[in-house]
Amino acid sequence: MPLPAPCRLLLLSLCWLPLAALADGSLSTEREEELETLLYQDCGSCHGMTLRGGLGPALPRSRMNAYSRDGLAALILQGVEGTAMPGWQGLLTEEEARWLADHLQNDNPLDE
Amino acid sequence: MLPLALRKPLVAVSLLALLAGCQATPNTELRGTGDLGVVVERATGSLAVVDTSHHRILARVEGLGDLSHASVKFSRDTRYAFVFGRDGGLSRVDLLTGEITHRVMQSGNSIGGAISQDGSLVAVANYEPGGVKLFDSETLEEVAEIPATYRDDDGHEQRSKVVGLVDAPGNRFVYSLFEAGEIHVIDMNGEAPEVTRFTEIGEEPYDALIGPSGRYYIAGLFGEDGLALLDLWHLEEGVQRILPDYGRGEERLPVYKMPHLEGWAMAGGEAWLPAVGRHEVLIADSGDWSLVERIPVHGQPIFVMTRPDERQVWVNFAHPDNNVVQVIDTERREVIATLSPGEAVLHMEFTPRGEQVWISARDSDRVVVYDTRTLDEVARLPSESPSGIFFTDRAHRIGL
Repeated sequence: MPLPAPCRLLLLSLCWLPLAALADGSLSTEREEELETLLYQDCGSCHGMTLRGGLGPALPRSRMNAYSRDGLAALILQGVEGTAMPGWQGLLTEEEARWLADHLQNDNPLDE
Repeated sequence: MLPLALRKPLVAVSLLALLAGCQATPNTELRGTGDLGVVVERATGSLAVVDTSHHRILARVEGLGDLSHASVKFSRDTRYAFVFGRDGGLSRVDLLTGEITHRVMQSGNSIGGAISQDGSLVAVANYEPGGVKLFDSETLEEVAEIPATYRDDDGHEQRSKVVGLVDAPGNRFVYSLFEAGEIHVIDMNGEAPEVTRFTEIGEEPYDALIGPSGRYYIAGLFGEDGLALLDLWHLEEGVQRILPDYGRGEERLPVYKMPHLEGWAMAGGEAWLPAVGRHEVLIADSGDWSLVERIPVHGQPIFVMTRPDERQVWVNFAHPDNNVVQVIDTERREVIATLSPGEAVLHMEFTPRGEQVWISARDSDRVVVYDTRTLDEVARLPSESPSGIFFTDRAHRIGL
């Protein structure tokens, strides 16, 4: 499936993410729990609580792994132009977006 | 079935209970359903059956599947609740016994439904595959399927997600097609459902409502500012665009959650609507549909609901401003109170005559009940991840 917008974003993200990004694993357990709630409940209002989709597309593990982790994090932060997917950079840090991307790629309950 | 050996002792026990005059379970009470309702508990896929007179949870019904974004309609005798699950499950729940009487998996992904004017049909709006399915309301047997097909820009036939499905007078259903930008009306008076299509109604209708008289159907547009209006008394006039420029020249904020238009807010001849991507509630004149006023509020509104006497409008908000509810005085057109029922407020439901309102706070795992005159909290009920709250008086209101 051609994914022009994400590819563009991926390129963007390469120049845009600071090289000296924070090391992973420094989020508090509490914040990680909040992010998990955000993912399944709030992202879930469009993508479904089980990530099987709604007004927004399904987010299965296979689809999530079509992106690099940083590319997916950039997509979360910037949104997808021309669609209902908003950019979350007003609410999430880069590190938090990477945690979400990592979760979608590796701890995704929708293993399809 | 229970093994035979166990059944006899159980019969004996229940006989004893009867002899002792001990009616322990609510199932054995003879009672009406006019003050009952349900709370959707989305994380556990359960439904709490509630008594709004005594602020009690009467029963918990489990096994309803994925209830994220679930909605509920009631049979006209208000005994049964039809639960529309996100996973395409359609269930019929008996409020008196707390049991699921019928359940079908009717699609891969659905968003809501409606019950026909005569109460005989239940319609479900499906995302995947996009379309509407009709079921017999007593048996949940499928009666008809109406695919939401349209031609995309390349001339290929596609199926669109269906949103904003409502019942309308004349035993009709009306709904909108998200990708197609169309409104369809189904007439069920003939042998087979007859579909009337209205095309190019606007970009990405995301939800819709029908006024309390059943005359006006209004779809909110995500892809542009404004709304699409269909006068069901005059289908020949087609769809007209209303409030087309309510935010012209202003940048929209990121929309973290789509507003909901269910629960039309009508007060004093004016319609109160959530603005998309703005911290505003819009007021439109329902005579000529011109913009009367934009009221600044706490965040991006999700539900804008009128108290039944129309003196107040209650508003909740999208993430991350979803920990409060605001009350607007409709006469003064200003916010008179900001309440904090808990974290992640998802829905509000007024009691039939509006003296109280029930509010679900998802991340605080509770439902909070307020007195709408004093704005004091009067009760609090534990509920895991509560979302939609639906009371049985909806059964007798058009479009709900």
